[in-house]
Amino acid sequence: MSKLKKTPWEKVCIARKADRPTSLDYINLLFNDFIELHGDRNYKDDKAIVGGIATFNNIPVTVIGQQKGRNTKENIERNFGMPHPEGYRKALRLMKQAEKFNRPIICFIDTPGAFCGLEAEERGQGEAIAKNLMELSDLKVPIISIIIGEGGSGGALALGIADKIFMLEHAIYSILSPEGFATILWKDSKRAKEAANVMKITAQNLYKFGIIDEIISEPEEGAHEDIEFVAERMKKQLQKEIKHLMKQNKNQLIKTRYEKYRKMA
Amino acid sequence: MNIELKKPSIPEGLWIKCISCNDTIYRDDYDEKFNICPNCNKHHRLDVTRRLEITVDKGSFKEYDADLKTVNKLNFPKYIDKIELLEEKTGLKEAVVTGECKINKNKAVIAIMDSRFLMGSMGSVVGEKITRAIEKATAKKLPIIIFTASGGARMQEGIFSLMQMAKTSAALKRHSNAGQLYISVLTDPTTGGVTASFAMLGDIILAETGALIGFAGRRVIEQTINQQLPEGFQTAEFLLEHGFIDKVVNRRELKDILSKTIEIHKGGKR
Repeated sequence: MSKLKKTPWEKVCIARKADRPTSLDYINLLFNDFIELHGDRNYKDDKAIVGGIATFNNIPVTVIGQQKGRNTKENIERNFGMPHPEGYRKALRLMKQAEKFNRPIICFIDTPGAFCGLEAEERGQGEAIAKNLMELSDLKVPIISIIIGEGGSGGALALGIADKIFMLEHAIYSILSPEGFATILWKDSKRAKEAANVMKITAQNLYKFGIIDEIISEPEEGAHEDIEFVAERMKKQLQKEIKHLMKQNKNQLIKTRYEKYRKMA
Repeated sequence: MNIELKKPSIPEGLWIKCISCNDTIYRDDYDEKFNICPNCNKHHRLDVTRRLEITVDKGSFKEYDADLKTVNKLNFPKYIDKIELLEEKTGLKEAVVTGECKINKNKAVIAIMDSRFLMGSMGSVVGEKITRAIEKATAKKLPIIIFTASGGARMQEGIFSLMQMAKTSAALKRHSNAGQLYISVLTDPTTGGVTASFAMLGDIILAETGALIGFAGRRVIEQTINQQLPEGFQTAEFLLEHGFIDKVVNRRELKDILSKTIEIHKGGKR
């Protein structure tokens, strides 16, 4: 755990850092035999979401994550980690597949938000997110979501209906970006810093509210300083929770998940 | 009188002006019951009282959870003052009213959002009232009808607002698993987190003529893609064309469509 307390805005900056480890970085460190699977079987393959099958301590799992790029070229390819509807539909397809083969699901959340564009609207961004929320609430395998960077609004929540939610120490999770929030409430995106303060978006705030279950420690200035340190902590938490969740019977699992969200807000 | 209609200064009371087509209309020609402009067919927004009047059988409405009150969990400056002011102005306690009713003698649970209350935004009370209504419909084996009218998330409630999307969607899944019917009726405007949760989850999704329906705001999209959006973008008709709603409905016919749909799901008229 880093010693110096960071302000919410400092955390926003860390969470958005270009060299902050991405979903694929963690996937490569935590899992063996990762095989990426593509496409929503309907329209196309959205590169802002990656997903596939792998093993974790010899247990077969399904892994899904929002994927940002490290440079401009990569970011254009990944659409800056902002999924289109087909990305959410790919995620749901892989989750249903996990349910069929009784594999736990691990999701990595790292997105500024679902993409806001003409085509995203034409292809039903709202419907895609809504369908995920509804189906994930009733999926009969354990789901663990880890917020590793930015958890932007409904676009993050669509991978965030889980039995356990972990969050990195300097990650953020919010209803909207601080800039968007400041624009809506104060008609001034430059007041984003102030917005970050009132919005209560840090892992520490959200842990107190009961929105997340665990905070995973990071080095002083963020996960990029020592990704192996972070991955090791992540691994320990995952080991503990997967073992525990896999023991529960399916009805109990679903009931507990329902009550978790029922009580949360 | 409806908030969207401006009364011109003279002659008093006889004429009203449609904010959509800008036409000045002789009051006797104006369809006040349905709040539809006779000139341009614009379906102006309805408040909860009017919506109930044209939707449910007279005297059949029994309200649920009328006393749930907003809590300022984030300690957001002046939030409760704002809520109290709106209570006074609208006579509502929050942006949704829920309850049980009969529609042409068919029993149903109903939830009606009102955009006059902080743009119909969804905070904890809105989400909780809707969730409880869905849960009651599941327990009583009744259909649920939700009239959406919302700008999306309630910013002042931050992450708690976001979680309402999860809560309402999960409750609808249980209602669906129980084999019950959910009809969502999208009215002007339906956007953001409401679109990305219960609005789009109906077994049957109806939308009122001309209603604005979308996920992201028009201005946000224009900034993102740096181009003008086409005419008719994010209207009910646009969604129909793209396959995301079942039917665009004229408000005058809505009650009959609702009751017939419920009857068909009961195995036809008895």
